[in-house]
Amino acid sequence: MTTTLDKPSKPTAKAPRTAAHRTARRKALLHWIAVHSLGVAAALFFVLPFVFIFLTSLMGGQQTLTRDLIPTTWEWGNYAKVFDTPGFLTWWKNTLLYAGLGTVLTVVSSIPVAYALAKFRFRGQRLAMMLVISMMMLPPQVIIIPMYLFWAKELDLAGSLWPLIIPMAFGDAFAIFLLRQFLLTIPGEYLDSARVDGCGELRILLRVVLPMAKPGIAAVALFQFFFAWNDYFGPQIYASENPAAWTLSYGLESFKGAHHTDWNLTMAATILVMAPVILVFFFAQKAFVEGVTLTGVKG
Amino acid sequence: MTTYTLRSKRRRAALRTAAFLSPWLIGFSVFFAYPLISTVYFSFMKYDGIRPPVFDGLDNWTYVFNDYPMFWPAVRNTLWLVLVMVTCRVAFGLGVGLLITKIKTGAGVFRTLFYLPYLAPPVAATLAFVFLLNPGTGPVNSILESVGISAPGWFTDPTWSKPALTALAVWGVGDLMVIFMAALLDVPKEQYEASKLDGASSWQQFRFITLPNISPIVLFAVVTGVIQAMQYYTQPLVAGKVASGVIGGSGQQFEPGYPEKSTLTLPQIIYNAGFQRFDYGAAAVIAVVLFALSMVFTAFLMRSRGGLIRVGD
Repeated sequence: MTTTLDKPSKPTAKAPRTAAHRTARRKALLHWIAVHSLGVAAALFFVLPFVFIFLTSLMGGQQTLTRDLIPTTWEWGNYAKVFDTPGFLTWWKNTLLYAGLGTVLTVVSSIPVAYALAKFRFRGQRLAMMLVISMMMLPPQVIIIPMYLFWAKELDLAGSLWPLIIPMAFGDAFAIFLLRQFLLTIPGEYLDSARVDGCGELRILLRVVLPMAKPGIAAVALFQFFFAWNDYFGPQIYASENPAAWTLSYGLESFKGAHHTDWNLTMAATILVMAPVILVFFFAQKAFVEGVTLTGVKG
Repeated sequence: MTTYTLRSKRRRAALRTAAFLSPWLIGFSVFFAYPLISTVYFSFMKYDGIRPPVFDGLDNWTYVFNDYPMFWPAVRNTLWLVLVMVTCRVAFGLGVGLLITKIKTGAGVFRTLFYLPYLAPPVAATLAFVFLLNPGTGPVNSILESVGISAPGWFTDPTWSKPALTALAVWGVGDLMVIFMAALLDVPKEQYEASKLDGASSWQQFRFITLPNISPIVLFAVVTGVIQAMQYYTQPLVAGKVASGVIGGSGQQFEPGYPEKSTLTLPQIIYNAGFQRFDYGAAAVIAVVLFALSMVFTAFLMRSRGGLIRVGD
């Protein structure tokens, strides 16, 4: 056992002569083993669901009706079958439109608001900030009746995703809040020196603040993209009557309905809905985690 | 002259502020203030979306509290979620956050693995859990029964549907993990070193150093957890639909709450009253109740002294 000791107890490994040192080393080793066993157990809890749905997505149709955990034949064609399902590609297109255009609109419209809230001084600033936070905490269901009547009866836009995309051109409370928290961390001296040089506020925002705020903007864009990708309630209210306007998150549920017992195909579709989000995360991990921390108590 | 330039300067500054704020000022009026006022108005109106609204006093209110069969089950479920789901998520998030700060080998890999489920889109994650926990052929029950445990029906059993949703929520605890991790790394190291010299046990260190230092973040997690529990919508609705085998899409109607109203929450019954029963008045009453509850807890987050979200700077 002593041969495996060097790794966990590096600091004491050089002078392991006395009995006290030996017990300290043994304690450190036991601690290392305990912590990492717990880590592996937790990792299994987090990862096994992904493993099971992935394995099921590769089973043959008959095998999903058994209690087997591992496919007897590996049916990669299941994924092709999902793409061949009528509507699936339309859902992809709609989701990309909602998430892509929505994210651009949100970022563009929220930046100036966040800048004013973070760096200007004006009457009612505190109140404006409180209202932004209230909007952020408001569940969309609270105002859905007047909003639905507005979009469906006044503007006749039910059956499309426009009632979800258009509001994003008018700032999103969460994006404003997050960006404002980020902009607060930019020292005022940078802005002051630009003002001394005679820059207007718009130029300062575009030339000085935006380049420094890239990580914050990236985090906001990611959050907004994921929000639209994951949104179920919005498409349910405005798009449910028109399958040509469904998104992936909304269509996925009906996919299960159309393939009652074909858990293999449903799980393949589930993986295909999860995969882009997880891929995006791997490419932008740092910005994302930074954003999650910013939503916390900083500022 | 000086007062004049001062005033025009001030006016220019005010105009500039208004210009920068203008997207939000429009958004606030059209997508927040107007629909909120309108919702309060509808809560006193009889309205089905077809015939013009008629004032009916407190009828909607007494109907929702006394006769609408889904209101109190939704309130009771929400209390359950606040007590059990929020507690489990905060405890588990803190535990995993602590674990990550102690892991020395492969910390980055562990952190990513722990975080991934939080990213799974809610509909996809719910569908996955309904499959994993399905009583017939689901992997979880297969494993449980192979070791001799008689497994419950999870999403198909009214006593086990909320625990199943709790398992799903705990699986996606990555957001809390990251927040707790950041807080734990901010605790001053000297305090641990000093307590070590005094011979403190690890439990004493946790109890008297870690917890007091991170208590504002724990409180933040609890309060936002309560707000999320009140607004819980997609997961219980999709779980009920999929587990019951009734999937709406554009066709069949699904009465939310399956099994036996055990997964009802307030946002779901706003949808049920408004868009399935076409009783906009009753839906507006529930919306006002949900709004008031959300704002009480949001106000708590923003309290000026000791507030968890600092509104000023």
